[in-house]
Amino acid sequence: MIRFDRVTVRYPDNGPAPLRDVTLRVEEGELCLVAGRTGAGKSTLLRAINGLVPHFTGGTLHGTVTVDGRDTRTHPPRDLADVVGVVGQDPLSGFVTDTVEEELAYGMEQLALPPTVMRKRVEETLDLLGIADLRNRPLRTLSGGQQQRVAIGAVLTTHPRVLVLDEPTSALDPTAAEDVLATITRLVHDLGVTVVLAEHRLERVVQYADRLLYLPGDGRVVDGPPAEVLADVNLVPPLVELGRLAGWTPLPLSVRDARRQATELRQRLARATPSWPPPATEPATALSARRIVVRHPGTVAVAGVDLDLHTGQIVALMGRNGSGKSSLLWAVQGSGPRQGGAVTVFGPTGAVDPRRLPAHQARRHVGLVPQTPGDLLYLETVDAECHQADRETGVPAGTCRALLDQLAPGLPGDRHPRDLSEGQRLALALAVQLTAAPPVVLLDEPTRGLDYDAKRRFASLVRGLAAAGRSVVVATHDVELVAALADRVIVMAEGEIVADGATAEVMLASPAFAPQVAKVLAPAPWLTVEQVAAALGAAREPA
Amino acid sequence: MAEVTVDRGPTTGAGRGMVRLPRALHPGAWWLWALGLATAASHTTNPLPLALLVAVAALVVVRRRGDAPWALAFRMYVWLGAVIVAMRVVFRVVFGGGQGEHVLLRLPEIPLPEWAAGIRLFGPVAAEQVLGGLYDGLRLATMLICLGAANALANPKRLLKAVPGALYAVGTAVVVALSVAPQVVESVLRVRRARRLRGAPGRGMRALRAIALPVLADALDRSLALAASMDSRGYGRTAAVPAGQRAVTGALVLGGLVGVCAGTYGLLDATGPDRLGLPMLLAGLAAAVAGMLLAGRRIRRSRYRPDRWRPAELLVAGCGVTAAALTMLAGAVDPEPLYPPVSPLTWPELTPLVLLAVAAAALPAWLAPPPPLTRTARPPSAPTGVTAAEAVRAAVPPTRVPGGRA
Repeated sequence: MIRFDRVTVRYPDNGPAPLRDVTLRVEEGELCLVAGRTGAGKSTLLRAINGLVPHFTGGTLHGTVTVDGRDTRTHPPRDLADVVGVVGQDPLSGFVTDTVEEELAYGMEQLALPPTVMRKRVEETLDLLGIADLRNRPLRTLSGGQQQRVAIGAVLTTHPRVLVLDEPTSALDPTAAEDVLATITRLVHDLGVTVVLAEHRLERVVQYADRLLYLPGDGRVVDGPPAEVLADVNLVPPLVELGRLAGWTPLPLSVRDARRQATELRQRLARATPSWPPPATEPATALSARRIVVRHPGTVAVAGVDLDLHTGQIVALMGRNGSGKSSLLWAVQGSGPRQGGAVTVFGPTGAVDPRRLPAHQARRHVGLVPQTPGDLLYLETVDAECHQADRETGVPAGTCRALLDQLAPGLPGDRHPRDLSEGQRLALALAVQLTAAPPVVLLDEPTRGLDYDAKRRFASLVRGLAAAGRSVVVATHDVELVAALADRVIVMAEGEIVADGATAEVMLASPAFAPQVAKVLAPAPWLTVEQVAAALGAAREPA
Repeated sequence: MAEVTVDRGPTTGAGRGMVRLPRALHPGAWWLWALGLATAASHTTNPLPLALLVAVAALVVVRRRGDAPWALAFRMYVWLGAVIVAMRVVFRVVFGGGQGEHVLLRLPEIPLPEWAAGIRLFGPVAAEQVLGGLYDGLRLATMLICLGAANALANPKRLLKAVPGALYAVGTAVVVALSVAPQVVESVLRVRRARRLRGAPGRGMRALRAIALPVLADALDRSLALAASMDSRGYGRTAAVPAGQRAVTGALVLGGLVGVCAGTYGLLDATGPDRLGLPMLLAGLAAAVAGMLLAGRRIRRSRYRPDRWRPAELLVAGCGVTAAALTMLAGAVDPEPLYPPVSPLTWPELTPLVLLAVAAAALPAWLAPPPPLTRTARPPSAPTGVTAAEAVRAAVPPTRVPGGRA
């Protein structure tokens, strides 16, 4: 279906080629997963399939890419629209019309399909994706998962034989992500659509994949069955790590596979108990919020929430998209709207409400890194941003740079902030906010677009902040990160706190929030591979 | 506006015995109707027909608008009309001039210097002058309210979709611009909020730069993503056109537009030769239309659920045209009642022809099919994403403690 024949892609900036001499074939009806670090060339590979690379992005492509027998050299993306459907990372930015029904019809209008056919296909697609009740809704009012399904539907109406998806679930909460993935697997199984899909969170997708294309980052593509490819890759989901630790072959890709192999491991672990970080003795309260109310026009985002944060504690804030996580963080920081309630920060200068302080003082008490860290950055170079942060805060020159070097060592100072990778930009924004040395740090969806490696570095960085006595809140959808990082989990829904407790307590109580290790080793309360490894190591030593 | 109970279910067509299903009328029909009303309003200053026209517009809007956001905009137009009338009257009072015999009240006059002779501030306020302002303002307000009615009844974006094929690209650009504008506003708000997090004030030159740069970068990213999405979904697929034909098309459109300009100039310029005007204009128009038709043939595209001109559309548009024509006829027969004199003060009168025009304008309230309502069409069940998540929420009782951790 898709053939790459000795393909090399180069961009005009003279950097290393993202793809070098790549030859591969994707057969009809395969679900093919593309994995690799940020910047390893996943998007380039995906965009080469429908000719966006190089027709749209520029650069040069050597070799040939053919899709369903059509050479992308002679067929620009618009001429491949009836064969390849592409869904981007942010569905909203790819929508052309404003309502669901019109968006579904748009692609067919461009292909000049007869009106009767269009009418029929729109109805079929609405049913296929389970979005029939949304047909008249404006696209901007849909939730993230609904938008993603509409975006998939909008390319499906032209009956493409190949579907290309770039991180379709990266912005979604676990349940919405499962909905989208269920839709995709249904397309593969029922309609025989060939799917090529890039994803950072392999644990969500790898079990459905027939093939894995791994991009190590040097321009090569490692191609093979998922279990084989993952065996010698350091970028793996927790399930595979557990499998390696226990020495299982083949490596398990789904919870079901792992559970069937785990009987022996469960017995070995029966007498051990997971090691938990010792609870801080009588932790001091760093921030106390009472009856916080945030209203947006038409909705109540936060409905009278009480929140206490303790020094040295990492709290994960979870809940589906639109449950009020961001609104709560902004209200607590004092920069966002807050219609009711009180916040008290027990900072270096006594108890204060950050909302009553001018902005430059509020950030000395509570620091917030927003969902798009790039919003904080506006200067041309990393160094300029650091200088500006020092000046704004009134601290000795070099403070911000020193912080940045702890967070992301060796970041070139003359680089433009927009040219940094997601993880580096996050580190820079965090360094800018930490310059003010706030005792409470709030991070809104920091791990979006981070690969396993970057996430691991991010986790150790946050642990460092907590060890230095700061109170950290991380709003996230990533259950594996929460399992590895948080001391306490708060789950929000409809603007209210529905669960608040120690990580194990909350995460083991529900299948939607349980990490993979917990699912494999249930009913024993194990959350992470590190815990299992520590317990096994301890068991082996005395023997 | 009073709430009016509206029949929105299927109703039987008058006398024809067939069931009329709710559907959206072609936006062009509503616009023609509204323009007809506005034309009628522009041909009179008599407050009685003007008030009747406003009432008719309101009646049709209330009976035949949908429940989309733009349908609620009519209220705004009525307010704007009221403001226009009030402004006119206030201006007449302030810069009155004081003509008229029936003085209502005497305001102290503010003396102005020599060079401002001819302008008077305040002074005696006469009934004639207030009435003149009222008539004038009412005419303008009525025209505005008529156009507001069209806006409330027809989706402005659907009107753009009805443009001819050759102008499709222009229509798309306008639609994209309309949807990008709210996104830019959103990102300005987001970046301004983020500015506060860095402790910087939201004002001044430095703040402008700090806000403009991320917003522009964001807008650029979005437009690139949109362009990539449109490209990969087949936007701009063209039929193969030989170079010769492309040149002919271009020449026709350009030449036609030049002809239209020259013709218009000839028509408007009284000193120019008479034979240049109209023929030139017509020839130019013909050439431009031919060019656009040729260009339109290059684009292969179909429309999903296009709006069609059906009998109801023709009737509604016809009502508007009839109203305009009857008013103009009334003006030709006897202009006096349409422009009631303010001095001497006379009671304005209605003539049968004008009444007939107003009645014609009101007919669409019954002739047009009822609008489809989207909100009632949706089944009450929650979207699937929510139900699944609800289940999760139910599965996470805040107090449950598993026994494993001790």
